[in-house]
Amino acid sequence: MSYSDKLLDHYDNPRNVGAMDKNDPSVGTGLVGAPACGDVMKLQIKVGADGLIEDAKFKTFGCGSAIASSSLATEWIKGKSLDEAEQIRNTQIAQHLSLPPVKIHCSVLAEDAIKAAIRDYRVKNKRADAAE
Amino acid sequence: MNVQAQKLAEVTEVAGRNRPVTPIYLDYQATTPTDPRVVDAMLPYFTQKFGNPHSRNHQFGWESEEAVEKAREQIASIIGADPREVIFTSGATESNNLALKGVMGFHKDKKNHLITCVTEHKCVLDSARHLEMDGVEVTYLPVQPNGLIDLAVLEAAITPKTALVSIMAANNEIGVVQPLAEIGALCRSKGVYFHTDAAQAVGKIPMDVEAMKIDLMSISGHKIYGPKGIGALYVRRKPRVRLEAMIHGGGQERGMRSGTLPTPLCVGLGEACAIAQAEMPEEAKRLEALRDRLHRGITERLPEVYLNGDENHRLPGNLNLSFAYVEGEGLMMGIKDLAVSSGSACTSASLEPSYVLRALGVNEELAHTSIRFGLGRFTTVDEIDMAIEQVVSAVSRLRELSPLWEMAQEGIDIKSIKWAEH
Repeated sequence: MSYSDKLLDHYDNPRNVGAMDKNDPSVGTGLVGAPACGDVMKLQIKVGADGLIEDAKFKTFGCGSAIASSSLATEWIKGKSLDEAEQIRNTQIAQHLSLPPVKIHCSVLAEDAIKAAIRDYRVKNKRADAAE
Repeated sequence: MNVQAQKLAEVTEVAGRNRPVTPIYLDYQATTPTDPRVVDAMLPYFTQKFGNPHSRNHQFGWESEEAVEKAREQIASIIGADPREVIFTSGATESNNLALKGVMGFHKDKKNHLITCVTEHKCVLDSARHLEMDGVEVTYLPVQPNGLIDLAVLEAAITPKTALVSIMAANNEIGVVQPLAEIGALCRSKGVYFHTDAAQAVGKIPMDVEAMKIDLMSISGHKIYGPKGIGALYVRRKPRVRLEAMIHGGGQERGMRSGTLPTPLCVGLGEACAIAQAEMPEEAKRLEALRDRLHRGITERLPEVYLNGDENHRLPGNLNLSFAYVEGEGLMMGIKDLAVSSGSACTSASLEPSYVLRALGVNEELAHTSIRFGLGRFTTVDEIDMAIEQVVSAVSRLRELSPLWEMAQEGIDIKSIKWAEH
């Protein structure tokens, strides 16, 4: 299989690898995929007081396309509002990395990971609001 | 860029990486390079000695026939057979098709039961499926966690209707070697033919059709440093194994496989067998030492690496390892200078991980993390040492990237999480 230079760059030099404290109220965590399917992505966002994503981290178990898709996702969502980040589509990720057709599901998973992290952040903060 | 460099760049680009590096070949169970000595033996039969081996009326035919018959003897010799029991085919896939369909086709009116095993090569399993559609009853034996069949389970599966048992000699993915002599003795005692797909075994481990009571055996050229496009089927004469031909025509190969024999390819397969037979004892020892060096070198430096398949009953040149928490295809991209193969789903069109590993009871998570290292005649100590370095560094890096590794380090049981399977 032939991969694009952009994909290989993300695989060789993944951006924003790491973890944040999932109990921190300003952090949203998304965990998608399944080990039995060969892909698991964990994507975390830290949302600032201004409502913008000030940091993003990921860890991925999966093929090179899955690693590159999640690395790119963290790069793209940084500095965006939650609503803007939610607009990112898997097709944009697939196009940017020139994913081969059999690897499209990797970009779908990255989109799911972004949404799951945002959802987690919102649920957490709704609860925090209600508690106040 | 000169022409050669350009060519090389194109080749590596196709292989998935855009850099002109020739990777270390560790995929000898997929195929082997043709040994230069084999090529030398073949060459005259393309040009000067081009005759049709079936031409009976002139010198060209005679010298070609002589070469083909010498090759037949060389093949017979490495498996302890009579040359008249060796049928040339286009490869082990055809041999397996002919053995299963040929024997069942001939006998199915009286005995319509076939026994094989879930870890067989696709060409055996698919032939069995095809026979099922024709009304043949097929039993697919399970394997034990070490990849070997249970002889008691085989014995219990044999019925008065069983015509043929087909169990591979050595597995292509995990390299385990089945208890052939025991299977042969059992089949003989029950009056059932025993076929073995020995594509991975011939030339690697001693094979003897008498000692192992084998009735049919499939052989491949390109797995033993011979050319691609040639194989053989051993068909026992005493007691005679009857089978139906699949390819009809001029009645060559005792009517079992028509078609003009490709003399250069036959010569190549014969020479490959002769070389393998002469060098086997030393070569097996050398490969075992290299394989153990690779295994030790990796496991001494990496935790949670698991061997797939029985530790002792296996091919000298096969090592199949699961690297927990690191997906196989992602790992292959990290060890880009090694040409290996993976049991991960991502390497195939289907999304299922290796059916062989699944049959062993390896869980799906671990099946996705497996890598097959295939060592062979041209593998060197330096290559093994380089492979160890690359594997250790890539696995370490990818584990730092793996959320599953992180959870394991935190003591979270991955099975306790409710995953959304996709």
